[in-house]
Amino acid sequence: MSRVVLVTGVSRHLGSRMARILSYDPQISRVIGVDVVPPREDIGGVEFIRADIRNPVISKVLSSTGADTVVHMGVISTPVQAGGRAAMKEINVMGTMQLLAACQRAESVRHLVVKSTASIYGSGPKDPAMFTEDTQPRSLPQSGWAKDSVEVESYVRAFARRRPDVGVTTLRFANFLGPKADTPMSAYFALPIVPTVLGHDARLQFIHEDDGLEVIRLATVDGHVGTFNVAGDGVLMLSQAIRLAGKASIAVPGPMVGLVGGWVRQSGISDFSAEQIRFLTYGRVLDTTRLHERLGFTPRFTTAEAFADFVQHRGLHYAISAERVESIERGLARALGTATKVEAQIASTLRVADHA
Amino acid sequence: MPDATILPFSDDGSRARRSLSSVPMPEATPAPDPADYVEPDFEALSQGQPTGSGALAQVNDVVADWLDFLRRRVTGDYVVDDFGFDAELTDRVLLGAMRPVYDSWFRVEARGLENVPAEGGALIVANHSGTIAFDALMTQLALHDHHPAHRNLRMLGADLVFQTPFLGEFARKAGHTLACNPDAERLLADGELVGVWPEGFKGIGKPFRERYKLQRFGRGGFVGTALRTRTPIIPVSIVGAEETYPNLGNIKPLARLFNLPYFPVTPIFPWLGPLGLIPLPSKWIIEFGEPIHTDEYAPGSADDPMLVFNLSDQVRESIQQNLYRILTERDSVWK
Repeated sequence: MSRVVLVTGVSRHLGSRMARILSYDPQISRVIGVDVVPPREDIGGVEFIRADIRNPVISKVLSSTGADTVVHMGVISTPVQAGGRAAMKEINVMGTMQLLAACQRAESVRHLVVKSTASIYGSGPKDPAMFTEDTQPRSLPQSGWAKDSVEVESYVRAFARRRPDVGVTTLRFANFLGPKADTPMSAYFALPIVPTVLGHDARLQFIHEDDGLEVIRLATVDGHVGTFNVAGDGVLMLSQAIRLAGKASIAVPGPMVGLVGGWVRQSGISDFSAEQIRFLTYGRVLDTTRLHERLGFTPRFTTAEAFADFVQHRGLHYAISAERVESIERGLARALGTATKVEAQIASTLRVADHA
Repeated sequence: MPDATILPFSDDGSRARRSLSSVPMPEATPAPDPADYVEPDFEALSQGQPTGSGALAQVNDVVADWLDFLRRRVTGDYVVDDFGFDAELTDRVLLGAMRPVYDSWFRVEARGLENVPAEGGALIVANHSGTIAFDALMTQLALHDHHPAHRNLRMLGADLVFQTPFLGEFARKAGHTLACNPDAERLLADGELVGVWPEGFKGIGKPFRERYKLQRFGRGGFVGTALRTRTPIIPVSIVGAEETYPNLGNIKPLARLFNLPYFPVTPIFPWLGPLGLIPLPSKWIIEFGEPIHTDEYAPGSADDPMLVFNLSDQVRESIQQNLYRILTERDSVWK
């Protein structure tokens, strides 16, 4: 069966890459990319239709193309991308409602894949250490992208009830990182000095953009249905990530965090919503057992590797490089009249080699 | 070390640079000044005394070990588990700071460590006392240093712990997590040793006149967890912690002001200021009791509240009886 896939949100990096990847798949005959503005990147064999998912035109697009699968990637994560919080909410919530309304009418639609986010779990001190897909969040997100995503998921559930014949896949992603994806976390780590919350160290997880897109592809092509957490294996502490990136950081006392967040937000460098501050305070870790077992997918990049790849490709400004630290270690070792552990190990290896 | 890191030194020991970290350096980074590089004397290192013999070599090993540890800390080259447990930091820094307290101040005697399995999950249930939770730290150290399998104790704490700045961060890094069923079951299923103090703040904050009297055991949630994961419950009785800070009174307005569960008054606190925080040097005994096995009960018995209450009472009684027995055995609080 030749399939027709409609992808929303192709004007941005992840959406356009996804559409291009799907267009290479032999089982898929047509890929239609939809967005308000044309994609900035080359989308190869993807047909682009300029349509706003916020108005009923999308219904005509669906019926005229006869798409059987809809991949919804049109939810955006920062107001910087949308040009303001009001526009962002409009795109995320109203856009999803219109798209789902159109899908409900379209007889041809068989499968809906939604790129959601793990931020719908919120983060707080009363949450269990790891979220499974069935964990009830203790602190529902109150603002920004996370709140939009909670609403998006509730509309998706309502859609699934009204069209039980349509398979629905909801993918809850940890923060995307990679050479190109612009996400709240990539903007955060690009700050000249990274602000943290004094007395807290969040547990973080990342998903490399290659792995993230592969999961969406797998779900789309193989038609896996259900809700899945998606994150790279393992955990990095926020302080550890800052050290790995060699960044300078400043610990902001709890009561002043809101103020500093406001400055960063107003400067337009990065979205520093209340929700993101909570995330950077308490962190969030996903249980990805279902991804491994039911989807049979193991991300190629662990959380630490995804972060390393991001740091390498972005060329983040190093305040303290690993080499500088090593040379200080050697200097201290000399001053104390000894060798560093690494040198001693090398020396003993050489000794063994000499004897052999 | 991977062999690859040896290569730059192989020829004439020229000023080759190497990257140990998994994060490669971007081009924008200024290259380290060659003047900073101190040439290692590999000739001497490879031909002279092997390290590890003689007192000086041992000191050198310790110094090199700590420098290596500090470098990996500064560059982020270490691993934490999904709960945020930083095993190396805990061993070196937290437990390292507690070792002299354990050995010389409280002179802790750990009994019955053979009742704690060398591998697999088990639930450690102990009495809680002493105003500041030193008893939890000492139990963690006893199991880590003195149990033959060097087991890490993963404790379950109140949400208050995890929302308090510094304390929450510290607790996560030391391997502890929120007292809730999913976390406890996940740890036990992973074969970890889980510690619970069912008396909670009622236990550590109780007045001195009620010393060694077990408080109410909450809702017995720990029994349900043990039944569901079919792991043994090991009752632990800790003697000595009650006398570290004899709690004579509780100033409730100050507790409310500082958002604490209680504000204790001891013979020396708050009268001596920070000096009043020094615990009295009581002699401690931590006794790990006979395990109570839960695998003989049918699956689903965690849903039988009567069984849960009975088991909870059995654990409580066992700890209380052992406490009374140890108290009659000890001659003095101090030695």
